[in-house]
Amino acid sequence: MAAAQSLTIGLASEPTAADPHYHKVTTNDAFSAHIFESLINRNAQMELIPGLAQSWRAVDDNTWELKLRQGVKFSNGEPFTSKDVLFTLCRVLNNETNVSRSYMEPAQSFSDVQTPDDYTVIIKSERPIPTMPNELARSLPIIWSGIAKFDKLRFAPKEGCGVTSPWPTVADFNTGKLSIGTGPYKLKSYVKGNGIEMERNEGYWGTKPHWKTVKMVPVPNAGPRLTGLMSGDYDVIESPAARDLPRIKENNKLDFVATPSTRLVFFQPDAGRAQSPFAKSADGKNPLQDLRVRQAINMAIDRKAIVQRLMDGMATVANQYMPTGMFGSLDKPTEIKFDPEAAKKLLAEAGYPQGFELTLTTTNDRYINDGQIAQAVAQYLTRIGIKTTVDAQAAAIYFPKRAKREFSFAIGGWPSENGEASGLFQYWVATTDKDKGLGTSNYGGFSLPAFDQVFVPAMSQMDANARKAAYQQATQIALANVPLIPLHFESSIWAFKKGLSYEGRRDQYTLAMSVKPK
Amino acid sequence: MIVYILRRMVQSFLVLLAVSLVVFMAVYAVGDPIELLVSAEASDADRQVMIKRLGLDLPVWLQYWSFLTRAFQGDLGTSFVHGIPAIELIVQRFPATFELVVVAIGLTCLLGIPLGLVAGLFNDKPLGRGLMGGSVLGFSLPNFWQGMMLILMFAVWLQWLPSSGRGDTVNVLGVPLSLLTADGWSHVMLPAINLALGNIALVLRLTATGVMEAKTQEYVKFARAKGISERRILTRHILRNILIPVVTVIGMEFGTLIAYSTITETVFAWPGMGKLLIDSIYKLDRPVVVAYVMLVTFIFVMINLLVDLAYAVLDPRVQLQEAQ
Repeated sequence: MAAAQSLTIGLASEPTAADPHYHKVTTNDAFSAHIFESLINRNAQMELIPGLAQSWRAVDDNTWELKLRQGVKFSNGEPFTSKDVLFTLCRVLNNETNVSRSYMEPAQSFSDVQTPDDYTVIIKSERPIPTMPNELARSLPIIWSGIAKFDKLRFAPKEGCGVTSPWPTVADFNTGKLSIGTGPYKLKSYVKGNGIEMERNEGYWGTKPHWKTVKMVPVPNAGPRLTGLMSGDYDVIESPAARDLPRIKENNKLDFVATPSTRLVFFQPDAGRAQSPFAKSADGKNPLQDLRVRQAINMAIDRKAIVQRLMDGMATVANQYMPTGMFGSLDKPTEIKFDPEAAKKLLAEAGYPQGFELTLTTTNDRYINDGQIAQAVAQYLTRIGIKTTVDAQAAAIYFPKRAKREFSFAIGGWPSENGEASGLFQYWVATTDKDKGLGTSNYGGFSLPAFDQVFVPAMSQMDANARKAAYQQATQIALANVPLIPLHFESSIWAFKKGLSYEGRRDQYTLAMSVKPK
Repeated sequence: MIVYILRRMVQSFLVLLAVSLVVFMAVYAVGDPIELLVSAEASDADRQVMIKRLGLDLPVWLQYWSFLTRAFQGDLGTSFVHGIPAIELIVQRFPATFELVVVAIGLTCLLGIPLGLVAGLFNDKPLGRGLMGGSVLGFSLPNFWQGMMLILMFAVWLQWLPSSGRGDTVNVLGVPLSLLTADGWSHVMLPAINLALGNIALVLRLTATGVMEAKTQEYVKFARAKGISERRILTRHILRNILIPVVTVIGMEFGTLIAYSTITETVFAWPGMGKLLIDSIYKLDRPVVVAYVMLVTFIFVMINLLVDLAYAVLDPRVQLQEAQ
């Protein structure tokens, strides 16, 4: 029976710290979700559900009020109160050991946080933040206030909020000493490279998970991960290679689940410059600036074939920029038709009957089958007369170069983390304005005032219906102007032993709580 | 002897300094870690804060200078990715690699030398020829392929041994060791065999060639004529004479395995230093890569010194002082 109570998971990438406020990446968040909880939780479909807060409401445009759950205890037995929320916010804003100021959004724009009683938190912000519940769900794991000394806590991040001892650092969490949360598991050990061991928190307020002990082992290589599952070392593994799926299907001891994620895989054309390094035409201009050329490219790609043959069905064709069903996406997007003849005609109309030269740049270790996807797209473009070259690089080389705009037609992938259609548009499509955090990944230099005028005000629109309508309108404008060539939404895959079940999650989190015996 | 050691230490220090310069410049010429660390969501101000915090806004020579000054105080930099000292990260992984390599080198000595003796003594018999022929496979088949075959055979089909990871560990003076548990041994066997195969073949061939050469030498014939027992001839006369190149190779291989058992560690998901190096290169975690190479250079320099000293013990004719 003891064996049935323990679970071993093979992870594709290793969390970089046990500190829940260290680095905002999926792997870290999924790990910390076992030990720390947020005020608001998300279910597998990324819908918001009550977490440490039982209810929340917008009092006015700049004020949110949260009512906290009573009777919740930290894993050390201390009660959870509004003081811990305030402390967590202060720690996040005073964290000097985090990477790239992770988790500081949206707390940076809070003007005041009040705790009128133990179970009420009032958050005031400088600007309206309509996605406040989403933000609280994804970027505020609550830690225990007892890990630092203070006399009286108040929201004054610049003065340290009244904390008198040094703020805990990432190393303090890694040792497990300060890893005290309200989550369903307690951290037993975290040894880099060797794995993570957790124990069930018997005092957990919610549904207790099935597994008494959980071990997570990082196995970045897909081959060893799968053999580990086959030989019985692991009960569940993350992201088996798509090419191995047939073998998993044939194996009667294994099972798998594939869940559509919100991660869109796309190509970003360099549309913002008169000259582009890898788009060469006879007339010396950058053909990607011409809308008709972008439309032609859009129509030249057979997305269904890519999804079926290359992705083995483990992806969903993208006819818009966010999956259907997500807040602000179109309910019934028009299919982007695969029509090479019409594409050729458009290309001729744009003045390129003989095509032009284009280099597609891609990673080969970042997205599922990224190198092959680029090859396939290149072949489709060749078919309509564009002379293509594919340049595949390691992500570590690729991303810095893309940021310097050294490419003309570059692959990208982006999940909508806050569950709304705004994420991708804000960073990849809106006209670049670094001070406002707009277009920070708009490496193609795309700029369309008509789009910005609809989209940018929508981001601070508190009325949900009006915001949704504006996002949908922005989607329509984007689809018509092709700032990005959408391909598909990746599916996340988990493989596991027969006899288990896993509830695949849209946010790509791997959670021991979601593994259940059948 | 002491003068010799002192001189070697000064040499080692200069080597380390030169290596640090070359590695630092090389690593810092590749890519921009900021793009991998900072998400696209970060504002430009956040990005600048991060660049400043990591010291990436300074010119390279200034970065190198501050690296050097800190290195003299024992600080080889802080990992960009993990936020803790690079050396701590490497040291955490060291026991795993060390155990793996000790077992692999143990296997190499226990199997390579005796089998080499046998192959050398019976080099005109089918047994000797078979061993020599078989050893070719040992180092000509690619390491990762051997590893995958081992996993396929012993982990997936026979299910005798686990395919990856390190197994249970016991803390000895704060150092986690897995060689003290049965589970640990079961985990270490496959990767250790994978690491050892090539070296067993190498040592086997080296020993065999030495034995073949030695057994026709005058001094062996003379010893035999004196009526010394075959056993004594083998251990005192032949083995002692041929061990010098074997010890050199084993010493060098020991260093190589500690530094670069990356392939085996990747195939078996062994949480050692090699895997850390690969992960750090992928993530452009510069301080870890630099610290790693520095540490590895140090280990090589030390091993070389020890090998030289071992010569003197094995063969009193070897002079430690260089010729005047």
